[in-house]
Amino acid sequence: MTLIQNPVEQLPVIIVGLSMFLAYTMLLTGYFNRRLPFYISLAWNSICFILSLFILNYVLTVGPIRYWQGGWRPPWGIEYVVDAMNAYLLVIVSFIVILGLIYSKRNVEFEIEAGKHVVFYVLVQLMIAGLYGITVTGDLFNMFIWLEIASLTAYALIAVAGGRALRPAYNYVIMGSIGACLYIFGVCWLYSVTGTLNFADMRLLLPLVYDNKAVQMGFAMIVVGVMIKAYIFPLHLWQPDVYTYAPSTISSLMASVHVKVMFYILIRMFYSVFTLGFINHFIGLDMLICWVAAIAILAGSIWAIKQRNLKRMLAYSSVSQMAYIALGVGLSPLSPWGLVGATAHILNHAIGKGCLFMCAGAMNQQEGVKDIRNFEGLGKKMPYVSAAFTIAAFSMIGIPFTAGFASKLFLIFASLEANQYAFVVILLLSGLLNLVYFWRVIDQMYFVKHKATNNTGEATNNTGEVKEKGKSLPLSMGAPIVILAALCIIMGIVWLTMIPLPLINQILSNLRMGVII
Amino acid sequence: MMEWITQHLLEKYNFWIAMLIIIIGLGATIVKENLLKKLIGLSIFQTAFFLWVVSLGDVGRNIITTWGLKTQTPPILWKEAAEKGYIYANPLPHVLMLTGIVVSAATTAVALAIVIRIYQKYGTIEEGEIIQKELEFEREGVT
Repeated sequence: MTLIQNPVEQLPVIIVGLSMFLAYTMLLTGYFNRRLPFYISLAWNSICFILSLFILNYVLTVGPIRYWQGGWRPPWGIEYVVDAMNAYLLVIVSFIVILGLIYSKRNVEFEIEAGKHVVFYVLVQLMIAGLYGITVTGDLFNMFIWLEIASLTAYALIAVAGGRALRPAYNYVIMGSIGACLYIFGVCWLYSVTGTLNFADMRLLLPLVYDNKAVQMGFAMIVVGVMIKAYIFPLHLWQPDVYTYAPSTISSLMASVHVKVMFYILIRMFYSVFTLGFINHFIGLDMLICWVAAIAILAGSIWAIKQRNLKRMLAYSSVSQMAYIALGVGLSPLSPWGLVGATAHILNHAIGKGCLFMCAGAMNQQEGVKDIRNFEGLGKKMPYVSAAFTIAAFSMIGIPFTAGFASKLFLIFASLEANQYAFVVILLLSGLLNLVYFWRVIDQMYFVKHKATNNTGEATNNTGEVKEKGKSLPLSMGAPIVILAALCIIMGIVWLTMIPLPLINQILSNLRMGVII
Repeated sequence: MMEWITQHLLEKYNFWIAMLIIIIGLGATIVKENLLKKLIGLSIFQTAFFLWVVSLGDVGRNIITTWGLKTQTPPILWKEAAEKGYIYANPLPHVLMLTGIVVSAATTAVALAIVIRIYQKYGTIEEGEIIQKELEFEREGVT
């Protein structure tokens, strides 16, 4: 380790460390001024976004950043590694978090009682710190700690809404803890065989013992544990209730970034700790993942069609959309397009689903509608939000020139290249199913004329308090929605022009090589 | 047969005991209706897992015998041990599990706080009754 480093190499640890530190500082400042935590959090995350852009630039031009905590060399000390994938994820997380925080300002005033605002922002900041931590770390156990920081704060943030959110939050605590415990269980199996916790070191040591039962057991446990957290299909049961009753800000942050970071752990395990050879030849998991994902895509969409509550419909839609990423990962041994689709969908789904959940929260706050059947005339009452909702929904469906179209296109390329034509059919069919459930909402918003409904028109939050409706939607809530919807279109065009291809190539090559020593 | 028993059961008794307790804990988490009992099951699950990991630190099997027991020194370096070439236990699993205990304590605290709020809202902590009440709320139109 050279004594003088490029200052950019210090940035990952600064982002994570200061995020943690500021969370506790916010608690203190909140004691003096209740509004301060929000502004501190917003300012710091904006800085984080700029810093992560620097990191991305450095990673693409110079190479992966490796930071040794306390100067201890990797197999012994904790190492922070940022390669193209991590930097890409850091940028997404920090950007969505800024918009989420701006949105949360007025939304939280509506959905959460006044005494809890300080704690809410402290917890949000801690959750974000956990997400940043998962993203930059290069150590299996360190990842577990960040995973638990991100999850524990998420449990509390869901329960903070009160009312109906409590039982789902409890379910999530139990399921999430079992998931985290399985993850660390698997890590300890791997440790008992290799005697190391570092990604790079483990990648070097593991190929010798791939047919060891303990290693395969450890891998299975890690995969199942992380799959619970990332609600891949048969393990998604905690998720719909949680997303329905959590505060809208938290629903949108969890659906857009929290679950992506959880899925990133899986990708990191597959490509950097283990290799595609292991997944292909020793356990034959790739086709299994593909078929599970294919079932999930259809099942999530069909359940979504059944729902009446908008947020619950979006939650089931998330189940099916996350399975797209899983499908991409499953196809990647056969075709590089699979991982391109997966990484592209990480961004596209983050933008689209974040926007949709924000719209759902805004509609409830402004017009007091949660049930899709009460949505008539919303297109006239809330033109901007409805338009943004429509664009984001188109992106989810995969209408050409929206973001979702690009990732679906990549996934279809992947299944064609892999000669798995069944998945092409499933992807197209799922587009139709998405159209069915999103069109129901759009139809109700724009085309249904006034109908006698039982809607009281009162805006109620989770605990059933009736709140006074504002005259018009506050700008701080409208702006993030419109920005995200605009990004859906911009990214749709940007993906098709292939401008981000160098970035994707870098991600692919970094993942193929794993974390380089 | 005897050899198989020695090799797979007796020498790895720590694995068997830990796995048995893990299954008891996981079973309680899944089967029990009472939210607190679920939580207790989860705690048993996590603690048994810690027990197993700590037992992994035992690296010096069959190497040193003190008072006729197969054992090894604690991970402290002192003069006599260094001279006699004793092997010390691997301290890393213990350290990892110290952190794990903190995490499990935090999980329990969050879960207990949520259980208290659930009790305040529903007046019960039996899962079936809670779902019944939620259905009633839905019928009455209470959010």
